[in-house]
Amino acid sequence: MSKLNAQSPAGPLEQKWSNHKGHIRLVSPANKMRIDVIVVGTGLAGASAAASLAEMGYNVKAFAFQDSPRRAHSIAAQGGINAAKNYMNDGDSVYRLFYDTIKGGDYRAREANVYRLAEVSASIIDQCVAQGVPFARDYGGLLDNRSFGGVQVSRTFYAKGQTGQQLLLGAYSAISRQIAKGKVTMYSRHEMVDLVVVDGKARGIIARNMVTGEVERHGAHAVVLCTGGYGNVFFLSTNAMGSNVTAAWKAHKRGAFMSNPCYTQIHPTCIPVSGHHQSKLTLMSESLRNDGRIWVPKKKEDAEAIRAGKLKPTQLKEEDRDYYLERRYPAFGNLVPRDIASRAAKERCDAGFGVNKTGEAVYLDFASAIERYGKTEANLKGLKNASKEEIISLGKKVVEKQYGNLFDMYKQITADNPYETPMMIYPAVHYTMGGLWVDYNLMTTVPGCFAAGEANFSDHGANRLGASALMQGLADGYFVLPYTIGEYLADDIRTPKIDTNHPAFEAAEKEVKDRISFFLNNKGTKTVDHYHRLLGKLMWDYCGMARNKEGLEYAISEIRKLRDDFYQNVRVPGKADRYNPELDKAGRVADFLELGELMCMDALNRNESCGGHFREEFQTEEGEALRDDANYAYVAAWEFQGDPGKAVLHKEELNYEFVKMQQRSYK
Amino acid sequence: MNLKLKIWRQEGPNDQGRMVDYQANNVSDDMSFLEMLDVLNEELIEKGDDPIAFDHDCREGICGMCSLFINGEAHGPVKGVTTCQLHMRSFKDGETIFIEPWRAKAFPVVKDLAVNRSAFDRIIQAGGYVSVNTSGNTLDANAIAIPKPDADKAFDAATCIGCGACVATCKNASATLFLSAKVSQLALLPQGQVERKERVTKMLHQMDEEGFGACTNTGACFVQCPKGISLENIARLNSEFRNALLS
Repeated sequence: MSKLNAQSPAGPLEQKWSNHKGHIRLVSPANKMRIDVIVVGTGLAGASAAASLAEMGYNVKAFAFQDSPRRAHSIAAQGGINAAKNYMNDGDSVYRLFYDTIKGGDYRAREANVYRLAEVSASIIDQCVAQGVPFARDYGGLLDNRSFGGVQVSRTFYAKGQTGQQLLLGAYSAISRQIAKGKVTMYSRHEMVDLVVVDGKARGIIARNMVTGEVERHGAHAVVLCTGGYGNVFFLSTNAMGSNVTAAWKAHKRGAFMSNPCYTQIHPTCIPVSGHHQSKLTLMSESLRNDGRIWVPKKKEDAEAIRAGKLKPTQLKEEDRDYYLERRYPAFGNLVPRDIASRAAKERCDAGFGVNKTGEAVYLDFASAIERYGKTEANLKGLKNASKEEIISLGKKVVEKQYGNLFDMYKQITADNPYETPMMIYPAVHYTMGGLWVDYNLMTTVPGCFAAGEANFSDHGANRLGASALMQGLADGYFVLPYTIGEYLADDIRTPKIDTNHPAFEAAEKEVKDRISFFLNNKGTKTVDHYHRLLGKLMWDYCGMARNKEGLEYAISEIRKLRDDFYQNVRVPGKADRYNPELDKAGRVADFLELGELMCMDALNRNESCGGHFREEFQTEEGEALRDDANYAYVAAWEFQGDPGKAVLHKEELNYEFVKMQQRSYK
Repeated sequence: MNLKLKIWRQEGPNDQGRMVDYQANNVSDDMSFLEMLDVLNEELIEKGDDPIAFDHDCREGICGMCSLFINGEAHGPVKGVTTCQLHMRSFKDGETIFIEPWRAKAFPVVKDLAVNRSAFDRIIQAGGYVSVNTSGNTLDANAIAIPKPDADKAFDAATCIGCGACVATCKNASATLFLSAKVSQLALLPQGQVERKERVTKMLHQMDEEGFGACTNTGACFVQCPKGISLENIARLNSEFRNALLS
């Protein structure tokens, strides 16, 4: 085991980034023209990085497995993006955003990175507005804000429930402009299937053209991975169907350390599972917790009656409802961070108070918000004696304006009308705080291989706050990586175009082709999804919202068996030289089957509870996460050694210079 | 419920396609349309047959990847939703369902139900952006107040997901609704003013280049648009183009 150095700059917190940026080595415009950079993934981090790098003069090749850069899963982010603008005059500041993020992450993030994130957050909003991103505005024409979990200010900018879409389309417009100029070459429907390392440096990738099946070599002076998170290891998650860990995992197998893989965010407000056929889960934005109140029946018999379909939630009197978040966490109420809200829902359901047929659901109720908004509207309209019906109808219109698309989506999926009856929600896998280890410059442990956005581990510690993923993706892509990459590339100005005939490319390509032909010739009996589903269930049951030593050990041994079974019995139809989505899926699930084991090992190693990582053995008397700062205030970084089970642990100690670590409290 | 499916199968862009019959049994109401196809595909793979290729990704109605022509309608019978948000409760036991890809010259078939929509990307590349560098050193975001009605209209136009239902529905396979959404969004915002005339001209030219048809104001596009992009945007596009020509 070695100690990792994050290369965080010294000096006062608020000067670290500006000092560092002022001293990063530069690459001259003439040299940039001779340097190629590969960007894999075109979500918020990837599209913004590719556009910015191209604009600075580098030659960029961008890769996406979707048919267009506009479709990356960043597009599905609903609620908003944080920025320390203090437009609301509620006492917000860069420091407060920094502090909230550190605390929200349960003191497991790196101070210098988080401060930088908070510092550049305001520029993101300026940038996006300049690109024509239509954020929500108030009647004075200025930008509107709302509040998210784990904070006591309103700093979240939004565009209805489609903020991710609007931000991604902004980044897509920036990358489109560079594609038009010929500075970015776009490879859509291409999947990165290996990283090529030459003499210890990342020098390119192997990609499969998903339409023709051709296996291609692409060389570059540096490779930037913006490939998102690995939540689909759980099979059911809010991730897109195609979201996968393959690019990051291949980099891991080529020497990039994987950090804190067990830090998984389980989002409290998702539409509950409806049946075995289910392919994915749908999120209901955290912004709904601004106005929705979460509850379950106070009495078990009421919960049972509701489950049996004999009682409706609207029939339950106010005093028979348990608004358990407001009860347990009066200071933050329904807006506690996600990890806490999720665990509290699980606690109530496990105790027998869950509400839908499966008993795994709680209510998210808008009745009081509708009434409150209705009253305000009636006052604004001068209706002094408005009837209750009028007030409700006015209130519904306000709610529709704010959350209309989410309510429609809910209705479409469940056939229930959330304007009339409370929504039913349950926690689901949403985001992964873990990812490739990167230093302050966002470089992995493979020189020349960088990771940005959800793909890296750096900013959210053990739990991410709502509306911070979009912030981090764009901060990394627009304002951090394009500068920090210079520090590495300044040494590379004499390196000619990368020769893809190098034996390292040849070997990597052969491995890829062998793997493809293995899958197609295996002639097993079971589908890829069959294995993915089984893996997902193991992960959810033993490495999900609550974990314990025994369960994790069991999961590790079961995952190994499942992996063996997969290689013996999986059936992949079709041909190698054709469009073949099952083949792509087989490669991704093969990597998930390795990652799953490492996640369990990481969870087993961390004998404490922090943020999204909850070990049942380590909790306070009130059931809150119990950290062990003396022994676990470090970033776990795993080095691949031929087999996931043989991974070697390295540590980056977290030294808190500016914030004092303390027991997190939202009471 | 049990359903009869008639699905378009086509090996590649240059192959002859045909409708093939399938049976989907024990379909539950709660399944999404794509989950019904997932189950069918698993059965096909287990039988050693070639699964049906279709595009999909987020399954939340926002990425714009899914694209099926169901019983002669883009994204199926329910208005205002994409195929991935269509649920089987919208169909009846014993029904026959026809499933086809988007059909348009500018959207060649990749395989079966998946089509190539890169023509849309090229229309955006022709000018669907504000030419601003990503330095972050722009005006403060609140430096220019934007009247709420304009901001709201720009947002409504910007919600286009680029799925191509408008093209698939249009008898002329025109991409005018798609184009008009982007032109409108930027024309309504102060940030889009500088390049306003150039933008509309270049984007329209690119649409023609890609082989999309012309708009004859039928309005079928708007009826089938899962995001309800309004025809008002086409009116605005026309006026933008006229202004660009005349001044």
